Amino acid sequence: MTLRVYAILYLVFLYAPIVLLPIFAFNDATVIAFPLSGFTTEWFRAIPETPALIRSVQTSLVVAVSSALLATLLGLCTARAGARYAFPGKRPVTGFIMLPLVLPEIIVAVALLVVLLALGLPLGPWTVVLGHTLLCTPFAVAILGSSFNNFDPALEEASYDLGESRWATFRLVTLPLVMPGIVSSLLISFTISLDEFIIAFFLTGTEPTLPVYLWGQLRFPQKIPVVMALGTILVALSVLLLSVAELFRRRGLARTGAKDTGGFV
Amino acid sequence: MSIISLSGVQKHFGDYHALRGIDLEIAGGEFFSLLGPSGCGKTTLLRVIAGFEDVSEGTVLLSGRDMEGVPANRRPTNMVFQSYAIFPHLSVAENVGFGLRRAAMSRGEKAAAVEEALGMVGLAGYGARKANALSGGQRQRVALARALILKPKVLLLDEPLSALDKKLREQMQAELRRLQRSVGITFILVTHDQEEALIMSDRIAVMFEGRIAQLADPQTLYRRPVSRQVAQFIGMMSFLPGRIAGAEVTVAGLGRASVEDDQCPAGRADGDVSVGIRPELLSLLAPGEDTDRQLAHGAVTERTYYGDMTYYDVALDGTDAEVTISMKNLPGRAVLERGDAARVAWDARSLVIFP
Repeated sequence: MTLRVYAILYLVFLYAPIVLLPIFAFNDATVIAFPLSGFTTEWFRAIPETPALIRSVQTSLVVAVSSALLATLLGLCTARAGARYAFPGKRPVTGFIMLPLVLPEIIVAVALLVVLLALGLPLGPWTVVLGHTLLCTPFAVAILGSSFNNFDPALEEASYDLGESRWATFRLVTLPLVMPGIVSSLLISFTISLDEFIIAFFLTGTEPTLPVYLWGQLRFPQKIPVVMALGTILVALSVLLLSVAELFRRRGLARTGAKDTGGFV
Repeated sequence: MSIISLSGVQKHFGDYHALRGIDLEIAGGEFFSLLGPSGCGKTTLLRVIAGFEDVSEGTVLLSGRDMEGVPANRRPTNMVFQSYAIFPHLSVAENVGFGLRRAAMSRGEKAAAVEEALGMVGLAGYGARKANALSGGQRQRVALARALILKPKVLLLDEPLSALDKKLREQMQAELRRLQRSVGITFILVTHDQEEALIMSDRIAVMFEGRIAQLADPQTLYRRPVSRQVAQFIGMMSFLPGRIAGAEVTVAGLGRASVEDDQCPAGRADGDVSVGIRPELLSLLAPGEDTDRQLAHGAVTERTYYGDMTYYDVALDGTDAEVTISMKNLPGRAVLERGDAARVAWDARSLVIFP
């Protein structure tokens, strides 16, 4: 019983601030405080009228899509190699790839910044993509790894044995069976990149991503309700994307007939 | 001409020497089995023939053509995998027709070929089902149909029945044999089940530690195994110490007998030998029963009841070695108990001599 109460309080503590976001996004006042003064959609209407905001959203989308694609591609190669082949140094190499999961982001960010500046490369969206790919790849490897581990290697051999080439085998057998994992990896990488702040803040240059732009806006109190409105949209979008990702993961398991042994949601 | 011809085939996996010189000729239309315990190299040998593994040394000829550098997808072989490897995202018909994708056939011809292949394995009308919705035995049949639809010269079967329960396995053994006769394709079966190999095969290669220990038809393999190892792997055999001098062998506990050359499959030479005998070739006599066979005496040390048969372990007088005797449980036949005196009837021709 006490455990149940504790669990409920814990969840309230975790998620209450997020519930406040939509509440104040629809509140008819520039001051973020109770009592609420009335309902308005003014803050949502203000979003498209802020060109800098739109630009930051575009930058973020480009960065998130690119990072997701790169991380998933790298994850696909890593996961397949890890599941199919034994090679010397497999464990250390895999551990090295998974390292960014536990490395403090601030360290990654500072280190990348120092290296990029030392190389004389200009900062911009592509340097953020670099950092985000590093960050997202371990997630992609984890998701795709489970897809490949549930995958009977004899399936590829059977296709090969029936006369198909390696590429056709990949297209006709491997890809359809790991596709749910790929979609799931893309969505999760996209979500991680979209709301990542620290690396983006350090590497972003003159074109800020959305989180970096929002952080800049917090200095102007009258802009805060607009930020709240945008935050609401982002939360809704994140929940949607994560749900879709999980749905694909489960469908993948059902398709290969494997038992559900994990997942993110 | 043999359809498969292996000579001096060796396979190394790093330090592990999986195949240690395999020479093998398999004739067209033969049902051939590779039999051995796990780790003996039988599956590796099958995968070498299929083209999934390169040979480290030696040559593999298929219909007289050297297979060096010919990948699995260009070889006239097809495989039924141990896990069946049914594509779970495709229907039964799509699975069976998978290998026809690039065949120069119309859509209708392909559908007809798929239906024919399904009919051959007793799954006519199952084409539209999802592969996931099939039972173990049905998946096995789909895997067979999928491999046979390409009319390979050789069908390779990697322990195809090991995942099935006993009843279904026995049924599939008979069906596979019938199927092989009707299509006339060479089947190469990998199995660790000696009974399965004996039931189904024209010839069997028994493998131990990367080598073929004996290659023979089932009767020869059972009656005249070349080594104690082969004899113990196939069926049951008791061994007694013996001594050969000229045409005669003296067997501890049994007595003297003359031996022919065919009873010494590993060759004969004077000296100490091990004498093997199968349980069903010995009989326990009922008290007072007469026999014109040779007779030995002992005592029952263990009795195991199998329903149709009873197995007795009998310690023979004058030796530490025991023999196992199997007796059919016929009506009116007395059952001996532990400790009962036993009279054992035997024949000189039943003995097999091992160096």
